[in-house]
This record gives sequence, C-alpha cells and structure tokens, in this order.
Amino acid sequence: MPDWSPLQDEDRIFKNLYGYHSWNLESAKKRGAWDNTKALIDLGRDKIVEIVKASGLRGRGGAGFPTGLKWSFMPKATSDKPSYLVVNADESEPGTCKDREIMRNDPHTFIEGCLLASIAMGAHHCYVYIRGEYRYEYNILEKAVAEAYEAGLVGPKACGSDYPFDIYIHHGAGAYICGEETALLESLEGKKGQPRLKPPFPAMAGLYGCPTTVNNVESIAVAPAILRRGAEWFLGFGRENNAGTKLFCVSGHVEKPCNVEEAMSIPLKELLERHCGGVRGGWDNLKAVIPGGSSVPLLPKDICDTVLMDFDALKEQKSGLGTAAVIVMDQSTDVIKAIARLSYFYKHESCGQCTPCREGTGWMWRVMERLVKGQAEIEEIDTLLEVTKQVEGHTICALGDAAAWPIQGLVRHFRDEIEDRIKNRTRVAVGAVAAE
Amino acid sequence: MATITIKINGQEQEVEQGMTVLQACEQAGVEVPRFCYHERLSVAGNCRMCLVEVKPGPPKPAASCALPVAPNQEIFTESEMVVKARKGVMEFLLINHPLDCPICDQGGECDLQDQAMAFGRDGSRYTENKRAVKDKYMGPLINTIMTRCIHCTRCVRFVAEVAGAEEIGLLNRGENAEISSLEQAVDSELSANVIDLCPVGALTSKPYQYNARPWELKKTESVDVMDAVGSNIRVDARGNEVLRILPRLNEDVNEEWISDKTRYACDGLRRQRLDKPYIRGMDGKLKPASWQDAMAAVAKAANGLKGEQIAALTGDQACVESVYSLKKLMDLMGSPNLDCRQDGAKLDAGVRAGYIFNTTIAGIEQADALLIVGANIRWEAPIINARIRKRWLTGALQVATIGEQIKTTYDSDYLGAGPETLSAVADGSHPFAEILKSAENPMIIVGQGALTRKDGAAVLAAAKKIADISGMIKEDWNGFNVLHTAASRVGALDVGFVPGDKGADRDGILAGAATGAIKLVYLLGTDEMDLAPLKDSGAFVVYHGHHGDKGAHVADVIFPGAAYTEKNATYVNTEGRVQLARRATFPPGEAKDDWAIIRALSETLGKPLPWISFDELRMAMRGAHPHLARIDDAEPASWADFGTPGAMDAAAFTTPIENFYMTDPISRASETMAECTQTFVLDRNGKGTGTHG
Repeated sequence: MPDWSPLQDEDRIFKNLYGYHSWNLESAKKRGAWDNTKALIDLGRDKIVEIVKASGLRGRGGAGFPTGLKWSFMPKATSDKPSYLVVNADESEPGTCKDREIMRNDPHTFIEGCLLASIAMGAHHCYVYIRGEYRYEYNILEKAVAEAYEAGLVGPKACGSDYPFDIYIHHGAGAYICGEETALLESLEGKKGQPRLKPPFPAMAGLYGCPTTVNNVESIAVAPAILRRGAEWFLGFGRENNAGTKLFCVSGHVEKPCNVEEAMSIPLKELLERHCGGVRGGWDNLKAVIPGGSSVPLLPKDICDTVLMDFDALKEQKSGLGTAAVIVMDQSTDVIKAIARLSYFYKHESCGQCTPCREGTGWMWRVMERLVKGQAEIEEIDTLLEVTKQVEGHTICALGDAAAWPIQGLVRHFRDEIEDRIKNRTRVAVGAVAAE
Repeated sequence: MATITIKINGQEQEVEQGMTVLQACEQAGVEVPRFCYHERLSVAGNCRMCLVEVKPGPPKPAASCALPVAPNQEIFTESEMVVKARKGVMEFLLINHPLDCPICDQGGECDLQDQAMAFGRDGSRYTENKRAVKDKYMGPLINTIMTRCIHCTRCVRFVAEVAGAEEIGLLNRGENAEISSLEQAVDSELSANVIDLCPVGALTSKPYQYNARPWELKKTESVDVMDAVGSNIRVDARGNEVLRILPRLNEDVNEEWISDKTRYACDGLRRQRLDKPYIRGMDGKLKPASWQDAMAAVAKAANGLKGEQIAALTGDQACVESVYSLKKLMDLMGSPNLDCRQDGAKLDAGVRAGYIFNTTIAGIEQADALLIVGANIRWEAPIINARIRKRWLTGALQVATIGEQIKTTYDSDYLGAGPETLSAVADGSHPFAEILKSAENPMIIVGQGALTRKDGAAVLAAAKKIADISGMIKEDWNGFNVLHTAASRVGALDVGFVPGDKGADRDGILAGAATGAIKLVYLLGTDEMDLAPLKDSGAFVVYHGHHGDKGAHVADVIFPGAAYTEKNATYVNTEGRVQLARRATFPPGEAKDDWAIIRALSETLGKPLPWISFDELRMAMRGAHPHLARIDDAEPASWADFGTPGAMDAAAFTTPIENFYMTDPISRASETMAECTQTFVLDRNGKGTGTHG
C-alpha cells in the first residue's frame, strides 16, 4: 500500500455529516463555520484563487477539473456584465448523495463557501440550483440563508466587509439533464433544460449571457477549510494530482452503506471494509463495483482488490472517480440486468436534443433488455459496442458518453457472462425443439 | 474584417474571422452535410450531421456549424473519423424514420433521402420496433406526418425567430420528444415556410398533398403579384396546371421566404376563370361570344365617341406592358381620363420618390428608428414585416405606429390613431419626433390606409415634412417610404397612367359615368373598387381580366386575359424594383395575352398601336421609360416636392386589408385561401358560421 493513512477526525471538513448536531447557525459556528470569515475575504480575489489552485482541489461534480483554474477563467476586468456563481446542487447521478448531506446537515459550511468562491470570481450574485426532489434540503438551505442574512454574513456588507453578496436558492423540477452545467443555466433562465453548444463556455457567456462559473456543492463547501488551513494541509491527503479529502457515498451490497469523508486515494477495499462493514458475505463474494456513480464503467473484483479511489487510478482502469458514488454488487447480482436498468435511466433522461443520444439511448436500452434474457445473437454484442462508440463523443453534452460507458464496461469485463446467457438460451431452445 | 488562413482537407484557405467552420468549408466548395443548420436561423447544433475533424482539438469530431474558425486550424471533412461519425449519425436518424418514401410527398426533394444515399450505411442493423408519433394539427396549410420528424427544430426556430409567433415547440424529451403546435393552427402569414425548411417529409404542403412528384414539374422562375413586395417565386406546373409556388432566393427582396398567400393562392388560378369572351345580351345576361363579336361590340360602342367620353382604370395585378399599351391606346383615342389608383390613393405620379419605398427592403437593415403610418404591414407586406422584425431583433431598431392598433411581431410604441398624432410628429411637438431626429438612419412607412382618404394628399405632405425635418433624406439614405398593396401600382405610376390634361381621376370617371359625360369605361383587371356606380350608369363597360370577379359583373363586354403565371410580363414592386414574371402555363380556353388583346382592339378601333409583336412593345416601352429595362434594379429616385399641405380630417387611419387571405381575384377564388379565412379570420373573430363541421 502507498503512504495512505486514514483521515483523522480533526481533519474532517464536514463535521456534521451525519446530522448528530443541529444544522443551524449557532451550532455551525461551534463547529468552526463563519469563523472570522472577514479575514478570508480580506485575502482578496487573487490570493483566494492562488490558494485554491495550490491546494490541488479538483471539481467534485464528476469531471475533476481543477477548481482554482476554473475560477481563474472568470474575466478580471469589470465590464457592464455582472459575473455569476452558479452552484450545481442538482445531484442526480444514481448512487450519489453527498451534496444532499452537506446541504441537509452542514448548510453553513456551504454558504460560506459560496461567499468565498464568489469573491474569487468577482461575483456578487450566487444561484444555487437544487434538485427538485430535494424538498427537505431546499427548506433547510432557505432557512440557513435567511439566518446568514440576518446575521449579516451575506447581504450588502457580507461579514462586515464592503463586499455586497446575494445568494438565491432555485428549486429545479427533477430532470437529470439539468445537472449538466449549461442545461442547468437554461433551466435557471426559465427555459427547457437542454445543454448548450460549447463554445462559448459559461465563463465567457453563461447565465443570461454573462460570465458564469458552475461548481459542484462539495467543491464549494471545501473552500473555506482550504483557505483557513492552507493549501499544504489539503495537499497532504491523497496522491499527487489527487489531493484532498473526499466524500464517498457507498451503496449496494455492503453491510453498512454510508456516506463518509475520507482521504483521497484510499484503496477501494479499505474503504469498504473500514467504513461499510465489508462486502455482504465477505470480500470474495464481490462481483463488481461501479466506483463513481452510474455513468462510469464498472470494475470486476480482481481490479477492485487493489484499485485506489482517486481520479487517475480509476482512469487507468478505464473507469472514473466521477462523483465517488460507490455502488457495490455481490455475486447475487445479475450484472447485465443492473446495467440494463442504467440504460433505461439514460434513455429516460436524454433531453432529446441531439441525434446520437436521442436515438442511441433507446436503441442501446432495447438491446440490453434482450441481452438480459439472452434473446440475441452473439454478433449483436459487437453491434451494441459499436453503437455505444457511435454515441460516445458525438453529442452536445456528456450524457451520451454517460449512457455509453456502463455498457462498454459491462462488455469489457463480463462479455463471457453475456455470451453464456445467449448460448444457454439457444441451447434450451434447441433442446426444446429436439424433445418435441 | 480580418482574414485568417486555415487548412481544409490539406488545402490552404483564406477565410474571414468570425465565420464558422461549416461556412468556411462551403466557401472552399467542400460539402458538409447538415440537417439542422440553416443560414437564416440560429445555430442549434443538434443533428450532429456536420461533424468534422479539427486539429488542434479534442480527439473527437466537432459540430462544424457551431465552431468558429481559428488561425492555423486544420479541418478534415473526409477523414476516417468523420466518415464514421456521419455514418453513425445517419444510422441513428434512420432507425426511427419510417421507410415510407414511396408515399411521401418529400420524395425526390428530401435531404434525408439524398444524404442517406451519399453518407449513410448501405443497410440497417436496427431490429427493434420503430417509433410512431401521433400527427399534429397545424392548420389548413401544413400537413404533418410526425413519425418522419428528425427533430432538427428548424420549424421551431423559424416561427420563433423569423415569423415572430412562438407557435411551434419541442415537447417532451429523449426519444419521446415531439414537435407540436399544441393542436393549434400556426397563426402566421409566413407559416408555410416551415414546409420548405423541413428537411424531411414531416411537414409537407396540405393543399399539394399527393399531387405530383418534383421531377414531373416544369419549373418557371417568376415574381409574385399578391402584394407589392414582388417576392421572387418559382412556379411549378404540370401540363397547363400550376401545382405549387415556391420561394426563390433574392437577398434584396424576400430572402428565401414567401407569404402563405403567395404560396397558396395558386389554386385560385383554376377556378372562376374567364376562358372565353362574353357580351351582355338584351336580357341583361352575359353570353359567350367570339373574339370578333366581342371586339366589334366594343368598336360599336366606341364609334363616334370623343376622347373625353372614354375612360380607363387599371387594376392591382396588371403588368406594365398591358398598362403601357392601354395608355398608348387611350392617347390615340384622345382620352385623358386614366387612373391606375383604383383605391383612390392621392399619390403624385410626377415625383417618383413620393410613391416608392425609397429605403428598399434590404435597407431596413440599416434603419434605427421607424415610424409606421396607417399600415398593417403584417398583412399588407408580410415579407417586409419579417425584415423589420429581423432588424428589430438586433436591438438597433425602435418602432412606433400611428393608425390602427394591431398585433405586431416586434415591440412598437403606439403613438395614436390618426392625423392629429401625425401632425404632432410633423411639427416636432411629439416626443417621437426627437427620436427620429436623433436617429442615424430614420425611416417612415406610409401605408395606403393613410393615403386613400379624401385628405390623402395632405397626409402625404405631412409625412414628407416628417422626412424632411428628421434628416431622413441624406446623400446615401432616403428614409421616406410608401408601402403599396398592389403589384401593378408603381409600374403604372411609372408609365404615367394617371389623368392627363383636364382628365378625370377615379372619382371623376365614376361621376362622369353617372352624369353621362363618360360613355365608355375600360377596366383592366379592376376589381378592388366599388363598381356599383358604373353598373347603375349608362356607360358601356369593358372588363379585361382573368377572373369572374367584381369587374366582370358590371361588364357589357368581357375580354378574357392572362393571369400572372400565364404571361411574360414586367412588374415593378413597391421599392421601384423592376422584375420579370415568366409564363409557366398558357391562359385557359380562348383567353389571350393581355398585350395582344389591347393590340387587337386598337386594330378594331382603327387606331392601331405601333407594334405587332411583344418584343416591339417592350422595346417601345423601354425606350419611353428606360429604367424598365434595368431588370432587378431598384433605381434610386431623386427627392422633390410632392403632396399638398393642408387640413387633415380627424378620422383615424384604417387599414386597407380586412382579410389578409383574400385581397384579389385569384386569392378570392382559391379554396385554400377560403379555408385560411375561415380558420384565421372568421373563427378568430367569432364570425364563424358554426356550420363548417
């Protein structure tokens, strides 16, 4: 094992992840939120960006783009157009529930992050686009924002500085595609949630055509801790280029599914055994793991034995860290059926705007459904694989890729199982004919 | 604009910065297939057919319609990656597209068909069931077979952007996405352009449904006469029947749009036609007659009449050749009683700048302030309205209206209803006068609703004053515009078909007929005025036209002529642009070319016109009016004095068109236009009969 050691309690950023304490301002302050934020504001725009860049923080929404770099893309010169921070709280990736816990139990850490990130990009307005199904979290966030306004932490003189800052919570309507940053902006503008063409990127023309940065809730919420404790501290966790602590959402066939904050680059096996009570029926009962939310390719057990949970290690295995939503499947799982269910999800959530995704997701799902029953020819596996390649990389947004990858992962690692099912069915059918 | 150098398929190419890769490829003559991209609509980038490989760039193909060119870019349109991507997209488009080409009206002119041949796979690997989509109701013009839709959203973008009526949208998502108008007829005068835009057979022409295949049609390039815009059209005919009319590209006039009336009134060419001469018998009924008898009857009536006892009026669709012939004939007869302004507009034929659309239609795109006086442009000239909207969408044009309060497709300040407001702008006391003055390129559009009044000349003078004091007349800009509704009017004014010395105008002719001073009236397609006084008078009325409409009802002799699709003819549009209509079919039955009828009549009357062929007539006409030889040109007119300053009546300006879909004999005879009238005019105004199903 490389130099990985478990995260100590004093290094946890989300100290109320499990809701053992109240979410409210009084309680949050006791945990360290809003502690002399004015001093952080006084660091100034450039310094904040510099620290976040130095910390090696990569976006926690799935793509892993360096957050500090993203912030630095925002135009420096003040023009007649305002800059906006938009926070993507439309957490819809199946298996992912980390942002939900932040907003539910630690909203003030998050709101403080919104303020500091806005300063880093010269934005005076922040919109939080929260997933439609998160009604409870929406209510809490609204109340927390009201508390922050009342305490003067945000508002015309945020934290006693002369920086005016307003934050608005916008409740989405529950479409998966509205978690794609440009579709989110469309939806926020009151239009149908469909991804925009890029370029122009949001940093050039985003919300209402103004410079905009869209960040994930977790990326924003860790910012205050990084600024308080320094880039070095954050860099101290995880391997090179994969710094920091990370919330993992473990679900599926483990003894104790949970959300947990851990240091990056934790071995997958360690993660499951230390925090989740291990795989149901023991490690050897493991069949496959989807390591980063439904859209990344799954990994079979032999890879899971050793793989580290960070961006680069998982990419090496042709998968990805994604949202770090770990979906564990034991030997009882019909893995073909599991992926078919994901295909149905993507077919259902495709916005229908561009051709490959609109037509391809339906096609892939229908073939997957037949593969579940073995009602296919063996050659169709290759056709299916080719169809996924025809979708991947040919669409406006990444939903096409997200629909293609799980199937590619399945064929890569479980082709035998698919073929067996087809052969078995054929054999049964032939046998039945012979018996007549 | 600065040019940069890029490489397309290895060939260096100079392109303008700001172009898209697709435009650059087009400029280089490299074909890039596309479905959703259209030059005149916003970029959607959703069909993914125009994918190309770009270096430097990510290792995946990029949509060329949305990608700006950059220095040192290398573009590949035929690489393995691109060919594969196109095949993939084509396959996806076809998996849910029905294989009903043999019964599809788009067959033979279908982008999907053509591109499937050129860029698609040779077979299908899709074995699942195809999607079926319920057809949508979009009104009497647009036929929908939505299973064929490939979701390019051209129609959605057209109605939202060009037509300015957000009536079509994309409902639902994923493979359940459907184009819909929410079961409503698409209420726009330009709606049927979505049929041309649709790259597949999802939106096709309802009146033309199952009528013909494109390769059976003879295509004739011509111009439209349903309004004064002179939209460039292509007339598609099979045998002697005009089956459909399509727009033809002309950036200066109609770009590539035409109005629904232009497109669909053509079925009126087959109904109510005058296909033989008629003479009114002793019993007061019209009876078919031979040409000789009809001509002789007119000669008999004219026998012994002095010039001032004869009069002629021309209608809205008369071509310049026939108007010129008639004028020459009237000259030979010694008659000064001529008028081409059957609507009574107080226009001055002496000053050309005072009766044309000086700014030109394309010039609207330079304007930054616009005052509309007494015109419902949306109905009087939908194409000009679209151009105003196009300019307004850029945010640079401020519009104000005086006249009837109507629903425009752009924001417009409503200043007032009548001359009082006009005077206020003219004397500078109205705040909008300041806006006009401070504008770089201000313009005013005066509609016929403001000029056909008794005080029309005073209104014209007031409008001219506004033009003068707001700096509308500059060396390179003339912002004064008269919007005509009749295709023939400018041409007729150009050749001077107005009262001669001591001659009677329209009202004078009617009064003269009533008193008996005028004994013979020649109507050249005059159908839009109140002709009842002629019928009640003792005057002998000759109607020369193509439809059994108002004029024919009052006639003593009818000469059956040719409609605009049946003759070679010159028309001058409201801008003063000289354009040619060309013969697509022949006049029905015994009907003849208009110039030939007038020439024959001149012979019968013993005053032969000095030409014996159409070419000679044209030469004579162009000799007398040289600008008529400059085809497709809108000649700038010099500014002079016109109008008669004076008191104006307080009555509000009214619009001359009550029903956009029926404004002339052809559209009144059209079944399709009758259906549109029912759907868009009567039903909407609560005037439906309730017995129409």
